[in-house]
Amino acid sequence: MSDQKIDGFELKPGFKGMASDTGSDQTMFKGVHWGKAMMWIFLLSDTFVFSCFLISYMKGRGSTIVDWPNTSEVFSLYVGGVPVPLLLIAIMTFVLITSSGTMALAVKYGYEKNRKMCGWLILATAVGGLTFVGMQVFEWSKLIHEGVRPWGNPFGASQFGSFFFMITGFHGFHVSIGVIFLFIYTYKVFAGHYESKKRGWFTKMKGDYVEIEILGLYWHFVDLVWVFIFAFFYLW
Amino acid sequence: MSDEYDNNKSYQAQSSEVMDGSVGSVNPDIDYVRPAEVGEQDLYHGHSFIEKWVFCQDAKVIGVQYFLTAVFTGIVGLILSWLMRLQLGFPGLAGFMTAEHYYQFVTMHGMIMVVYFLTALFLGGFGNYLIPLMVGARDMVFPYVNMLSFWMFFVAVAVLMASFFVPGGPTGAGWTLYPPQTILEGTPGSGMGILLMLISLSLFVIGFTMGGLNYMITILQARTRGMTLMRMPLTVWGIFTATVLAMLAFPALLVSAIMMTLDKVLQTSFFMPTILKAGEVLEYGGGSPILFQHLFWFFGHPEVYIVALPAFGIVSDLISVHARKNIFGYRMMVWAIVGIGGLSFFVWAHHMYVSGMNPWFGFFFATTTLIIAVPTAMKVYNWILTLWRGNIRINTVMLWCLGFIVTFVNGGITGIFLGNVSVDVPLSDTYFVIAHFHMVMGIAPLMVIMGAVYHWFPLVAGKMLHEGLGKWHFWITFLGAYSIYFPMHYLGFIGVPRRYFEMYDSPYMTSAVGMNEFISIAAFIVGAAQFILVFNIIKTLKTGKKAEQNPWKANSLEWYTSTVPPEHGNFGERLPVVHRWPYDFSVPGAKDDFIPQTTAPSEVIHTEVEKT
Repeated sequence: MSDQKIDGFELKPGFKGMASDTGSDQTMFKGVHWGKAMMWIFLLSDTFVFSCFLISYMKGRGSTIVDWPNTSEVFSLYVGGVPVPLLLIAIMTFVLITSSGTMALAVKYGYEKNRKMCGWLILATAVGGLTFVGMQVFEWSKLIHEGVRPWGNPFGASQFGSFFFMITGFHGFHVSIGVIFLFIYTYKVFAGHYESKKRGWFTKMKGDYVEIEILGLYWHFVDLVWVFIFAFFYLW
Repeated sequence: MSDEYDNNKSYQAQSSEVMDGSVGSVNPDIDYVRPAEVGEQDLYHGHSFIEKWVFCQDAKVIGVQYFLTAVFTGIVGLILSWLMRLQLGFPGLAGFMTAEHYYQFVTMHGMIMVVYFLTALFLGGFGNYLIPLMVGARDMVFPYVNMLSFWMFFVAVAVLMASFFVPGGPTGAGWTLYPPQTILEGTPGSGMGILLMLISLSLFVIGFTMGGLNYMITILQARTRGMTLMRMPLTVWGIFTATVLAMLAFPALLVSAIMMTLDKVLQTSFFMPTILKAGEVLEYGGGSPILFQHLFWFFGHPEVYIVALPAFGIVSDLISVHARKNIFGYRMMVWAIVGIGGLSFFVWAHHMYVSGMNPWFGFFFATTTLIIAVPTAMKVYNWILTLWRGNIRINTVMLWCLGFIVTFVNGGITGIFLGNVSVDVPLSDTYFVIAHFHMVMGIAPLMVIMGAVYHWFPLVAGKMLHEGLGKWHFWITFLGAYSIYFPMHYLGFIGVPRRYFEMYDSPYMTSAVGMNEFISIAAFIVGAAQFILVFNIIKTLKTGKKAEQNPWKANSLEWYTSTVPPEHGNFGERLPVVHRWPYDFSVPGAKDDFIPQTTAPSEVIHTEVEKT
């Protein structure tokens, strides 16, 4: 479906190009695969979900009567008896951003029909995502162990726990969904389903390497959201 | 468009880019349409009964499934409104009715009608059925996701209906679900009822997102050859813009539902301030109830237009077809739809004038609210100008359209009252508000739905609905709806508050009693009249007149399918190629009074068609 050559249609650059694409028949985004366009629009909708969460968090944090916990203390790890603020978060962020890199490479090798490299890189991405979720579980259990609960905590305003568990939980849920699909796609790539045009088990549709790019879009988005959560929860 | 129209000269019909001034010498390129950009869609045809009619991937079947499920919820909502009117008109007549029941019925009626009936019916029902047919696609672009969308909606409805049967019954917090009272003991259904409501809403949002992605991508990326955005029927424009609104507004509902669920289940305090109950301080503290109101209405106001915009679009098409005249100011209509959609995100706090906002905030939102009246009025004028000097068929469909215009203007004008802070404050929470929003987003879209059912039934079922029954249905509904809602304006002016179970010995009693009885009787009649349509449909399916292809002589692509009703894949061997907009009615010089969208320019060379 994604054809680079658009018959009888001149793709112009800039605003003029956008106007002529919009005014043309058949497609608005020339040469863009349906699934890819769908993912972009889904991500726009999902951006509104996370924006609503984060704006609610800002409002909640801004209007509590009790002081907000000191985040650099709450989120610090003790290494040899010395508290290192943001250590775990730094590692988590590093792992997630790295997995974005492997994802981008997987897309590239996928389009080059380099099945093996593509498969291994998706697997690496999945493992990175899994590691991230694992570390998040560790962080949650550490905080729960220290007495932080959704309805209250010993460090300050009770909304801290509420927003923290809800928003990181919702993000972690996104990562987990991504990891599940990454493992499925690893299997599909290694089994060669995109070459043999085997129909999907659920959807009965033929697959294509563009699916990896679509999943990549989702994965990069989840990373980007993490950057905002990181800034709003750990640095503020 | 119309500004290029010149009476002295015969215009050649042109495909969009080709110009050839001289009449007679036909440019061979005149019929040129760019070749297809994308290959044929890979369709999966169902093999078994289950795959064909239950878990079906055909958008038309999914549309009918959505339609029937939404109508089922609508009938539940109708019965609830009967019970409410029974209590209001004749207090104590229904022995089982307690104040708690009344609140539960109010809540469920509101939520069902707005979300599960109207939204699902317009976008899920009409959207699924009409979008692929009208833009010339074989199906929605992601048929499997589309199927999941319906079943997610189905589960959401099942969960919602289940809340009638749990201990404590459904929630009775009002459809706005304002915290803190929503989840506090003492509010009916504050246990399982509210929980099921929130779960159901979340499922609805997820299901809708899957459908909405389909509608948007099908319209943006899967139009047939020659179908530019400005050649799409206004129905598609209305549904498209409403879908965009939904994709951006439902996230706020989802987030507020999640946060309220946590407040309920885990005793978090997102929306819950410090609360004293019977002298005891509850666990809650530090949350903001106003935050919920902002989130809810950031969803809630666009929601009004999610219901209204498809109705605007559909009614434009119906009026144009049945007045045998092109829609007046097509581009203006499109931009009005888009403009209303954009503005609808900046008016939400006009639902919160009495919530204790900063007065300047109210001033801002009153201004944006009143600005919406401009594109809306443009649309009303254009509908009327479309009718002007048209060759109007006064059939059932047209009656519903005319009914819509009247009701919509009526509800719109009271909206201007309520948009102003100083007028709204004394009127808010009275029956004036009830009358306003039922007129503008209840009755008006419903009239369009009815018109659309009579219009497209021959396409869906291949048979013509009975006209006589349809006219009875219309007149009872139209006059009855006015009998219900017109007196409510007066009730509002004398200050009768909404959501009250009964008026007790208040001073309203004297003047409101007779009016309430009258309204209730009208409500019973109007509700019962809706079953005329059910009877009509059943009768028509059994013994109705067989519909010919394109019985209304319309131009848009859904009437030019290979078979009636259309089969999976819609258009047979070859997809149609579009050369014009769908509004070439009564073109001077043309053989018929309509020129289908698929007619090539060289076939209508000596007619004065518009260049589209």
